[in-house]
Amino acid sequence: MKYVDEYRDADTARALATKIAGLCEPGRRYSLMEICGGHTHTIYTHGLEDHLPESISLVHGPGCPVCVIPMGRVDDAIALAEQDDVIMTSFGDMMRVPGGRGSFFDSKAAGADIRMVYSPLDSLKIARKNPDKRVIFFAIGFETTTPSTAMTVLRAAAEGLDNFAVFCNHVRVTPAITAILSSPDLHLDGFVGPGHVSTVIGCEPYTYIPREHGKPIVVSGFEPLDILTSVYMLMQQFADGRCETENEYARVVPWAGNPKALGVIDRVMEVRDTFEWRGPGWIPESAMQLRAEYAAFDAERIYQVPGVRVADPKACQCGEVLRGAIKPWECKVFGTACTPETPIGTCMVSSEGACAAYYNFGRFSRSRVKEATSA
Amino acid sequence: MCLGIPGEVIELMAEHDDLAMVSVEGVKRAVNIGLLREDSDGPLDLSPGDWILIHVGFALSKIDEREAKASLEWLTGVGDAYTDELDALAASDIT
Repeated sequence: MKYVDEYRDADTARALATKIAGLCEPGRRYSLMEICGGHTHTIYTHGLEDHLPESISLVHGPGCPVCVIPMGRVDDAIALAEQDDVIMTSFGDMMRVPGGRGSFFDSKAAGADIRMVYSPLDSLKIARKNPDKRVIFFAIGFETTTPSTAMTVLRAAAEGLDNFAVFCNHVRVTPAITAILSSPDLHLDGFVGPGHVSTVIGCEPYTYIPREHGKPIVVSGFEPLDILTSVYMLMQQFADGRCETENEYARVVPWAGNPKALGVIDRVMEVRDTFEWRGPGWIPESAMQLRAEYAAFDAERIYQVPGVRVADPKACQCGEVLRGAIKPWECKVFGTACTPETPIGTCMVSSEGACAAYYNFGRFSRSRVKEATSA
Repeated sequence: MCLGIPGEVIELMAEHDDLAMVSVEGVKRAVNIGLLREDSDGPLDLSPGDWILIHVGFALSKIDEREAKASLEWLTGVGDAYTDELDALAASDIT
């Protein structure tokens, strides 16, 4: 029992698994989506599915911001980076994500000045040191990183730094959940809600999910026991006939989130009418853009962004993986043409992508191998 | 980029209102603590010895030491993505 050994408290985990099994109604199947890529990672690393009854399946959601960036958006960024006076800065996670014309790494090798940064604030320092260049930060992430970008824009404005701009790709988690709920090829019974995103937005924004869609959601921490506890809380809701938003991760996530962070986002950014996601496609009100007051820092207003649209490679089924319609191992190129060393799709690039997490950890699980070979 | 990394506050930096020197796995780095204030001029409930959860150079929440240790153990299990993030943090300078 290799995976049980990795629990900090194996007895507690076993007891939880037994309680979960006791809540299963005979003949009923339960499909629960974990939205966050970090949760996906824990589930595969610890083989959690092996310890759940067969009637409960965990479906992986679109909560990996790198994975949901469409190829055209990467091409747009590269078009910006290739201009003579531009230095593009990006988190390391984005560097290998393939666009239609290659990745940031490919563009950098071809001569574009693209630099990896840890924080958007690192980009400000680069801008101060290079007054004859414009530094464009490729801003990406769910609400976890959005306040950091907003704070950085405020700092640039306060300093009067006129050679710093943001190419904004910040996405919102709740519209993605709404889009998934309206997907015709997916039936879900409930959600394991994201942890770190919720430190910013809190739990209130999820309450429409049980209220309007009749699906419970439990915001969860990242430990194996957190996820098992969240699954137990969902199962208890089903057994009680309740449908609510609950917070398993209250030790870190306040119900109201981080009001300062929400205020900073609202000051600098507004919701876009629509945004394209790899997988679910165009989702209304699913991303942020800079407000007009901060147009001087908005790369999409300073430059003519090409607005490239690129279809995913035919062999790649990241879209279906991101919508939860198929499991990673059901993709035609999984583990053969597409591996972490030679990724075709985004889900294999990011360590939080469902495919990379499954490739690196999950495929050694006995029951998953059984499913994979019988699929 | 998605990883929340725990760090222990070493000192609040007198010359920068919004920065604290923080130890992350033994590496000392400046971290922006502006998002922990209720409002821009409000008091900051943060002292040396406190633990914070850091995302891309910003503290998003205060956590207790037990949670910090649990997060560090979880991050160690993440493997390359965590070591890459630590390398990026070590190369970062947001002062």
